[in-house]
Amino acid sequence: MRIHCPHCGPRGHDEFVHHGDAAPRRPQADAPDAAFHDYVYLRDNPAGPYRELWFHAAGCHSWLVVERDTRTHEIRSVTFARGDA
Amino acid sequence: MRYSAFRLFTEALRGNRGWQPAWRDAAPRRAYDAVIVGGGGHGLATAYYLAKVHGLRDIAVLEKGWIGGGNIGRNTTIIRSNYLLPGNTPFYEWSLKLWEGLEQDINYNAMVSQRGVLNLHHNDAQRDANVRRGNAMRLQGVDAELLDAQDVRRMLPFLDFDNARFPIRGGLLQPRGGTVRHDAVAWGYARAADRLGVDIIQNCEVTGFRIQGGAVTGVETTRGPIAARKVGLACAGNSSRVAALAGLKLPIESHVLQAFVTEGLKPLIPGVITFGAGHFYISQSDKGGLVFGGDIDGYNSYAQRGNLATVEDVCEGGMALMPMIGRARLLRSWGGIMDMSMDGSPIIDHTPVEGLYLNAGWCYGGFKATPGSGWCFAHLMARDEHHPVATAYRLDRFAAGRVIDEKGQGPHPNRH
Repeated sequence: MRIHCPHCGPRGHDEFVHHGDAAPRRPQADAPDAAFHDYVYLRDNPAGPYRELWFHAAGCHSWLVVERDTRTHEIRSVTFARGDA
Repeated sequence: MRYSAFRLFTEALRGNRGWQPAWRDAAPRRAYDAVIVGGGGHGLATAYYLAKVHGLRDIAVLEKGWIGGGNIGRNTTIIRSNYLLPGNTPFYEWSLKLWEGLEQDINYNAMVSQRGVLNLHHNDAQRDANVRRGNAMRLQGVDAELLDAQDVRRMLPFLDFDNARFPIRGGLLQPRGGTVRHDAVAWGYARAADRLGVDIIQNCEVTGFRIQGGAVTGVETTRGPIAARKVGLACAGNSSRVAALAGLKLPIESHVLQAFVTEGLKPLIPGVITFGAGHFYISQSDKGGLVFGGDIDGYNSYAQRGNLATVEDVCEGGMALMPMIGRARLLRSWGGIMDMSMDGSPIIDHTPVEGLYLNAGWCYGGFKATPGSGWCFAHLMARDEHHPVATAYRLDRFAAGRVIDEKGQGPHPNRH
């Protein structure tokens, strides 16, 4: 599996650290416990297209959002995570 | 038909014409008392113990493919109960006890072989951790022996003891650990359940749940609707997808774990060896192949195949532990899809839907748990109460702050 880092170009995925689903958003500090439980622990875990965070640890140290199909490992897009909200 | 040495002998004399299929290829009926979703090891074991221990007779196991085609046939066949935490140890020890009596119980040769599981340590900190783990195990009635480097050298002279980076200082041995022929576990439980009247329905995928007033009334399948008051999910790897059909979101991610087997070699490795400096474990099958594995690939996957970076990482672990493994040719490798839970421990519990029960989140410890999982899940489904050795495996433990994080990694499924 190769991830096309927008800064460094195509690199083997072992240069990157996977950090899970890109969808969860940290709730406001005064949100109920249930919202934090959902944010920290619950995942959609889809079989199919999936937006996830990768960190280019052995490269440019960018946080990336990778859209990848979990059934085939095909990568459809890679963008910088900054500005992704 | 009961299997025995006598039966084998008489069948041999009659040209083996008397053998019958080990289980019926059942067609789905319209209603059952209990339906198990997933015809893997855990689902079949659950059905068997529901029938045998709790006396239910009207049970169906629904399998989307063929039985034994999932993770029960995609593991490294290791059994052990060398866990540290109080929520885990009694459960896995009960499972190991069930393994010890399994073949007589189900009248099927599953080749249960208690050859020992040895966890090596390579420095003082790891030795301390193994001492702690061994003491915790012994306090809970599990066998554990601390070995020093000389003990290990006598047992396994071929290891790279004086490796400059990862010298072997000793290990923690669980003599009752070992391996089991994994396919035979699925077949043996299927046959035993079938003999108690359980319908094993293959090529029958669940496509939805019938829920009325917050209670389950049945399932929709590719072979038509089936009514049931109790439905148990035992489909690890795909738990999130199936649970989503009932409107549930789980604390689970699906990840791929690879395993490898070499060409057949003469008897070499007596038991199971795990490398302490990396993640690598190895045993030798009865056919002679070296069976080994390591970490999960680390990203969400439903693909049942992994990537080369993990192959390289696993093989590096093997080379550091026993350099001669580099002369063996790799015969094949495969990937299985794991339910990686948020704390690395499983879930055996009710769900918010009445009558719908969940058995999930086995991470990559599911095979050894097969009998215990079936036993405790059957107990929960039949009596609506948790089995005493599985009270910690609650779905609400994440919200309640009672996680069972054996490795202390936090809510990151790919690190457990």
